[in-house]
Amino acid sequence: MSVLIDQNTRVVVQGITGREGSFHAQQMLDYDTKVIAGVTPGKGGTKHLGVPVFNTVAEAVAKTGANASIVFVPPPFAADAILEAVDANLPLVICITEGVPVLDMVRVAAAMKDSKTRLIGPNCPGVISPGKCKMGIMPASIHKQGNVGVVSRSGTLTYEAVGQLTELGIGQSTCIGIGGDPIIGTSFLDSIRLFNDDPDTHAIVMIGEIGGNAEEVAAEFIKKHVKKPVVGFIAGQTAPPGRRMGHAGAIISGGHGTAIEKYKAMRAAGIHTIQSPADIGETIARVMRDSKSKSSAKPKAAAKKKSSGKSPKRGRR
Amino acid sequence: MKIHEYQAKAILAKFGVPVPRGEVVFNKDEARAAAQRLGTPVVVVKAQIHAGGRGKAGGVKLAKSADEAAAHAERILGMQLVTPQTGPEGRIVRRLLIEEGLDIKRELYLSILVDRAVSAPVFMASTAGGMEIEEVAKDNPEAILRETIHPATGLLPFQARKLAFGLGLAPEVVNAAVQFLQSLYRAFMETDASLVEINPCVVTGDGRLVALDAKVTFDDNALYRHPEFKDLRDLEEETPLEVEASKFKLNYIKLDGTVGCMVNGAGLAMATMDIIKLSGGSPANFLDVGGGASEEQVKNAFRILLSDPNVKAVFVNIFGGILRCDVLASGVVNAAKELKFKVPVVVRMEGTNVEKGQEILCNSGFNFTIAKGMKDGAQKAVALAEGAR
Repeated sequence: MSVLIDQNTRVVVQGITGREGSFHAQQMLDYDTKVIAGVTPGKGGTKHLGVPVFNTVAEAVAKTGANASIVFVPPPFAADAILEAVDANLPLVICITEGVPVLDMVRVAAAMKDSKTRLIGPNCPGVISPGKCKMGIMPASIHKQGNVGVVSRSGTLTYEAVGQLTELGIGQSTCIGIGGDPIIGTSFLDSIRLFNDDPDTHAIVMIGEIGGNAEEVAAEFIKKHVKKPVVGFIAGQTAPPGRRMGHAGAIISGGHGTAIEKYKAMRAAGIHTIQSPADIGETIARVMRDSKSKSSAKPKAAAKKKSSGKSPKRGRR
Repeated sequence: MKIHEYQAKAILAKFGVPVPRGEVVFNKDEARAAAQRLGTPVVVVKAQIHAGGRGKAGGVKLAKSADEAAAHAERILGMQLVTPQTGPEGRIVRRLLIEEGLDIKRELYLSILVDRAVSAPVFMASTAGGMEIEEVAKDNPEAILRETIHPATGLLPFQARKLAFGLGLAPEVVNAAVQFLQSLYRAFMETDASLVEINPCVVTGDGRLVALDAKVTFDDNALYRHPEFKDLRDLEEETPLEVEASKFKLNYIKLDGTVGCMVNGAGLAMATMDIIKLSGGSPANFLDVGGGASEEQVKNAFRILLSDPNVKAVFVNIFGGILRCDVLASGVVNAAKELKFKVPVVVRMEGTNVEKGQEILCNSGFNFTIAKGMKDGAQKAVALAEGAR
């Protein structure tokens, strides 16, 4: 299994005829993702990349049965595009667009409060369930199907982590890029919940960065509810305070959102924290080995009781 | 985007927020004239830099005459103002705000920003005006009043009243306070601000509420819909290399180390800085060339990071996705040809077209160090930077 997307995901691409949308729709098709519709207002009735194009998301959904959307429209129109997908009752919308005004996302978040739609992003690389479905801009070739869930605020740093895993022969269940903006649809917490409930995800990689406190919130949940091993890294340990480090959300403000705080919360939650981004793959390999040997050596109930939390390098089991 | 206090006040005034009368001046004669025009018994001379903590650093002075205002102006202009927010290098004062002095009875704190945890604007208020809100939050968090605002309704009158009464304002000024707070919220939303902070907002002897200081920061992502703000940018407040980088849509932040870095993606760029530090070196900069960088952009990136004289070695760390490694490699080679590199360059590439990229680097005739993995790259770059010293 995997989370969010799989071989049954039927994708509509919003902004399919644009430069970005067009390029990545083709890449997704090459990965055998079921891209079954595109939306570009005014180009309805045409075909692009062999995919039927519609004027509205509602029409695309009605005619094709799409159940997920990926948004590639430029920043001024991204909020509208997201809400159009929400209005069409799609269960999943992934917004790749970078540079969406924060107050647009405030309105989107308010409008989505009681909707059934899950939003990923914006300003994210998307989601991939290797071997099944790719909805995003990540290089497909570095992925491998398997049992590690990856969640990250970053794009290329996620590729780095995935590259290390695949290099060691460790596959991924699903990789979720939640995005680098201050307001995003799906948080670390939401993603960790999904991975925790997925029987085919055996371990989790969580790649945070400075700014906000989403990592701390997720760590609190992990402490209480997650028995799977989690490996955590925070980017920006050397970032100066008060500066936005590329991502709109990556800023230490008023002394908060530092890597130190986040590492502290992660350690307290029994997450296997690592200081070097080069150690992600090896650490996952080690903790998966450990957890396998321990769970086969001990009955599960006993393993559950024992919670360490003292040593930063040790997990709960 | 940050703006100056006097610019922030002019914007807030347009939305009906009461601010002191005042003028921006650039020399002592203008300061004298402005003080005369204001005609109040006391005027305030305020240094205009993009940082707080100016008062304690000597950047804010009271003057009882126009001549005294001119004297203060002469002293403060050109001063290297060092405050906790400027860093040790400080900022040179080039502009002053000359303002009427007010009869201050109370100082309050007001701010609006987007609360990431609830995805909505939040209004914060406290009676501890003039203090750093972070300090108040640390020592006395219950002293901060908070109202989360629904973007569809805006700041409702009852919410504004809750804040006003919570601040202990007298019933006769509450109506004026409600208007003040609602104007402030309108300004926040309509300018696409990421922060509006009034610290302090004062209650005067005659019972008026006035924004004595004002800090407004705009959301860079929303500047496209506010062309009128373009002229408010003060390039002299920014690091020259960062200004240059922004022209090419490169995300560059200057730091004080010796290993220059060029990376694609913000997260990987931060992680690259971290691993340089872990390898015993120190990063000279943060530089994200972006997902779809062209050869031209790579060249500009090199030019900018090499104009930092502290850079003793460069670490190029690219995980190619959309940015193909061959494009990157050609960019690096062209940059090396045109800019005549004097410092060693370590290149680590991974991802799309990596073999092609490596071939281009190897056949270029330049002595690039090719690294395997980011740890190897960081160690090599740090060693080269050390060796060059």
